[in-house]
Amino acid sequence: MSLAQKARYNFMKDLGAPALLWLQEAQRKKRSRKPNPYLGPPLKCAGRLREIMTRHYYLSRFTKGAKPVAWVTSGAPVELLRVFDFYTIYPENHGALCGAQKKGPEICSEAEKKGYHPDLCSYARIDLGHAFSGKTPAGRLPRPDLLFCANNICQTVLYWYKELSYYWDIPLIIFDTPYNFQDIRKKDIEYMVRQFEEMIPELERISGRKYSHDRFRKIISIARESASTWGRVLATMKHRPAPMSIFDAFVHLAPIVSLRGLPVALDYYRILLDELEERIAKGIGAVTNERKRLMWDNIAVWFNLRDWSSLFAERGFNFVAATYTNAWAETIHYLDERFPFESMARAYSLVILNNNLSNRLKLMEQMIRDYEIDGLVILSLRSCKPYSVGQYDIRRLLGDRLGIRSVVIESDMTDFRTYSEEQTRTRLEAFFEALEV
Amino acid sequence: MTYFAGIDIGSLTTEVVILKGNDRMVSSAIDLTGTDCNEAVEQALGQALSRAGISRSQLSFIVATGYGRITIPFVDKKITEISCHGVGAHHLFPDSGTVIDIGGQDSKVIRIDKQGKVLDFTMNDKCAAGTGRFLEVMAGAFRLSLEDFGALSLKSKREIPISSVCTVFAESEVISLIAQNQAKEDIIRGLHRAVVNRIWSMVQIVGVHGAVTMTGGVAKNLGVVALLEEKLGGKIHIHSEPQIVGALGAALLAKRLFI
Ligand code: SF4
Repeated sequence: MSLAQKARYNFMKDLGAPALLWLQEAQRKKRSRKPNPYLGPPLKCAGRLREIMTRHYYLSRFTKGAKPVAWVTSGAPVELLRVFDFYTIYPENHGALCGAQKKGPEICSEAEKKGYHPDLCSYARIDLGHAFSGKTPAGRLPRPDLLFCANNICQTVLYWYKELSYYWDIPLIIFDTPYNFQDIRKKDIEYMVRQFEEMIPELERISGRKYSHDRFRKIISIARESASTWGRVLATMKHRPAPMSIFDAFVHLAPIVSLRGLPVALDYYRILLDELEERIAKGIGAVTNERKRLMWDNIAVWFNLRDWSSLFAERGFNFVAATYTNAWAETIHYLDERFPFESMARAYSLVILNNNLSNRLKLMEQMIRDYEIDGLVILSLRSCKPYSVGQYDIRRLLGDRLGIRSVVIESDMTDFRTYSEEQTRTRLEAFFEALEV
Repeated sequence: MTYFAGIDIGSLTTEVVILKGNDRMVSSAIDLTGTDCNEAVEQALGQALSRAGISRSQLSFIVATGYGRITIPFVDKKITEISCHGVGAHHLFPDSGTVIDIGGQDSKVIRIDKQGKVLDFTMNDKCAAGTGRFLEVMAGAFRLSLEDFGALSLKSKREIPISSVCTVFAESEVISLIAQNQAKEDIIRGLHRAVVNRIWSMVQIVGVHGAVTMTGGVAKNLGVVALLEEKLGGKIHIHSEPQIVGALGAALLAKRLFI
């Protein structure tokens, strides 16, 4: 790491990034939209969130020589990397960003040109497409020094990260999490802890920094606090009217996914929580006239967030719970600085996608009760097989047990070539009609 | 006397039903939707009105349904075809519990309660497999009309399985079978089987509850109906004009909403 590069990074951090943010905000103010009468006032925190995320992507361009860079999967135990001061980029979060900017098909097709199949997860196609073409709405992403992948979310990430490792000839560390068929077993925990032990010398070598147990424990505790605060943020939606909606939560999820373990994420969720509590005290809802409360199953459809939030809000329907946003509150609070490795193994191997379907069913039943849900919208994603498989059974069982109404819609989270606006609208409207009276 | 109208604007055809206050259907009309929904609606509505011998101003409430419902400006309310087919099927066959509606570009299976209200439904995805469009393209490959196409399927003695449900792949499969001089009716029966298998998997998602009623243009296809009845192991209710069930449901809902 050179001194000059470090100085450049620090300069950008202290002066370059704030200047850019100031410019962006000024532009935003110029083209501000008409308020939507069906939606409550926007969250004040949103500006701070934009600032954090823009800064994160912007600064990543100046990391070369200043900080080691890792590309990380959304379910990977990033806390360990933080000890070595890795600057982390989340391709899945970047995929969501591309999706929200409606760049999915364009970047996906860069991967398809090289022979990757359109049925491959669109996050993988966007990431590979970006790797081949450099296309990204984020300006530029830094080449990683390390790829860090956990297969607790799917097997796709394994092959996808192997491809990157092959093309760029950079090291890949895989964290293998045994699938949880019933209850987590002692020998599974041992197996995972041993992997962490093996990773440490590798991480020291790649980053050129020494492992510190104290630092690790501190990071673990920050990560746990952030996840519990995120959990409390989500729990505010138990109130009627809910002070935020799941469409907000999809956006405000970014720090817990990609800045987990850093103080900035924790600070942010504390501010957000304060704001939400204030809204509850004042009776401000995310939807002006909240009549029915819905739950969402699966990843967000990033290219459609705005349209859908008004489509639902117009009818007084608000999404107040989602298995997806809940995933970062569900198990990460198991982290415990007294047993950092064991607790980390537990927290990461029990995530929803690495856990059996009866667990998912139980979780959803609980959420439907706690959040007083009137209807369930199930998104079937061709991209994400582990999330989408079993949804029809879950739907049937929830219907039988709780009498809950539900609808299945089909889309992709970023690649809107597989999305049919008209058909989806008809399904949703028929669902609304069935929920009325 | 009060009158109500239901208009169903589908991808292929537009149907209008006019109803009297006592729920009696006074007239109906069907027209091709073509490229201009509004024109098709004007045509069909004009025809239905003249058949009923009434003027437009005598209509107290109009409900539009079908994929084109969004583009029609003058109606009083827009309701999805899923709710309308449920209500229409229930009206015609009060013991209906499951409704299979196969139209030009959509196929749906709807579960309704004893009042005709939708309890659950499923629809085909973006792809044309299992819809009227699939059959239309295949009939085209044989240069047959849809009716002849369906009827011919009943004549088969030795069905040839078609492995693809994708419209594009199935068509090339069919062309190669024709080139091999396989009997037309055997290939056609295989094609009907492919469609019915696809529909049947949707039926299983929703389940068979009470009597099964079939609506939409494909209900006129004898080949599809025969194979579906074979799967079901029983009879399916079909109205003599299955296409108008959606418009009928819309007209019935118009009356309810007016009162
Ligand atoms: S397949 Fe699913 S879990 Fe895996 S990367 Fe894609 S979206 Fe994420």
